[in-house]
Amino acid sequence: MKLIASKVAILAIVSCAAGPLLAGEPIPVRNCTWCHGTSAQGFATAPRLAGQRDQYIANQLLSFSNHSRDNPYSMQYMWGAVANLSPETAHDLAAYFSMLPPKAANDGDRDLVAVGRTIYEQGIPDSNIVSCLVCHGPNAEGVRGIPRLGGLAYSYLKRRLEQWGEGYHAAAEPMPRIANKLSLNEIEALASYLSFVEYDPLQSERDCVANADDGIGLPCLGRKVAAPRLQ
Amino acid sequence: MKFIRLQLALQTAALAILFSAASRADDGGKAAFSKPELQAKLEYCKTCHGLSGQGYRGYFPMPRLAGQQPKYIENQLQAFIEHRRMNPVMFNVAHVLSPSMITALVAHFRDLDPNPIGGAPKENLAIGKTIFDEGLPEANVPACSACHGPAAKGKDEIPRLAGQLFPYTVKVLTNWSKERGQRSAKDTSSIMVPTTHNLTQSQIAAISAYISSLK
Repeated sequence: MKLIASKVAILAIVSCAAGPLLAGEPIPVRNCTWCHGTSAQGFATAPRLAGQRDQYIANQLLSFSNHSRDNPYSMQYMWGAVANLSPETAHDLAAYFSMLPPKAANDGDRDLVAVGRTIYEQGIPDSNIVSCLVCHGPNAEGVRGIPRLGGLAYSYLKRRLEQWGEGYHAAAEPMPRIANKLSLNEIEALASYLSFVEYDPLQSERDCVANADDGIGLPCLGRKVAAPRLQ
Repeated sequence: MKFIRLQLALQTAALAILFSAASRADDGGKAAFSKPELQAKLEYCKTCHGLSGQGYRGYFPMPRLAGQQPKYIENQLQAFIEHRRMNPVMFNVAHVLSPSMITALVAHFRDLDPNPIGGAPKENLAIGKTIFDEGLPEANVPACSACHGPAAKGKDEIPRLAGQLFPYTVKVLTNWSKERGQRSAKDTSSIMVPTTHNLTQSQIAAISAYISSLK
C-alpha cells in the first residue's frame, strides 16, 4: 500500500514538473486527483478538497511551497507536488476544487459525536479551550481562508490536531495554541463529530455574502445557529 | 473644557490606582487565582480577540478589546450571563469567570495599544465624521459624540469606539435589536435600539469606517 502511494506521488510530481501551462490549456486537475480522489473527496492519506474554501486551498499551496506547512505527509508528498506550480495555476486549482460539492466522510466514532459537538460549539471555558464555531462557522463550513471542517475524514482531522500539539505547522496561528491544549479524548471527539457534519446546499447563498471582499456577512448574522444534520 | 479633561484624567487616575491596588491585593494575601492562571485566561481571550486584543475576523467578527473601558467590559460580561446580550459562546466564556479574574482581565485590556489597524473602506470617512459629530437631526439620530465622547474614547459603561474593527461595528449597529436590550429595561445598551434604527446601511458603514480610523 505504502509502495503504491509513493509511486502515485512520484507520478504526480513527475507530471507536475512538465512546466507552466499554455494559455487555454485545461488546469491539471488529474495531478491532484491521483491522491485526493477522482471526485476530490479525499483518499487514504490525502484530505478532501471538494468544497474546501478556495482562499484556504491557495494559502495551503503557498505554505507547501514555502515549507511552512511541515507535517510529515506534506513534506513527503506536497512539497514536491507544488514545486513547479505557478501562482495562476494554484489559483485556478483552488477555485475549481472549492466548487465541487463535498460529501461527509461519516467515519468517526458515533458515540463521541455529542461530546465533540459540545466542544466544537462551546469550547471548554474551564480549561481555556475556545469555541471552534466562532471562526469555522456554525455548520463547520469555514469562510475565506478559514477551512471547512464539516465532513472531513476522521483520521485526517485527528492527525492535524495532534500534529499541532507536536509542533508541526507552527505558522498556522492560532491553531497550534488551541490544539496543544486538547487531550487525545477531546481530539477524537472533535474529529468524530466533524466527520459527520454534512454540507448544507442552502448555505451557498449565505456564503457568497460572507465571502465577499467588501461584504461583512450581514445576512449570516443574527440568524439562529443551524443544527448540523447527523445521519 | 480643559478643566473637564483634567477632572476626567484625575478620575481615571484614581480608578487606575484603585484597580491596581485591587489586583495587588489579589496577588498578595490569599490570591483568588495564580499568575499562570491569569496568563492562561488571557491567552484564551486573545485566541479570538487577537494577540494584542486588536480583534479578529473569523466566521463572526470578534471585537477589539485593546483600550476598552473596564466598566464596559465588566457590564457586558454580566450582560452575557444575564442574557441581556444574546451570545451563546460568550455566555459560556463569561459564566466561569470569577469577579477578581474579571477585574484583572479588564485592567489588562485597558492598557493594550488601541491604535487603529485599518481594514475599512476610506471613501465615506467624511460622512461618517459628520454623523458622529453632529448626528442626523432630520432622521432623529443623535450625535454619537454626545455619549461616546468627541474622540470616541467612551467612559465607564459607555464603550470606547475609537479603533474598533469595521466589520464588528457594522454588525453591531445593524443587528442591535436582535442581540441586545430586548430582555430587560435596565440594560443600558437598550438606548441604542431607538438611536440606531433610522440609520441606513451606507450610513452605518460610513460611521463604522470613521470610528475604526480614530486613535
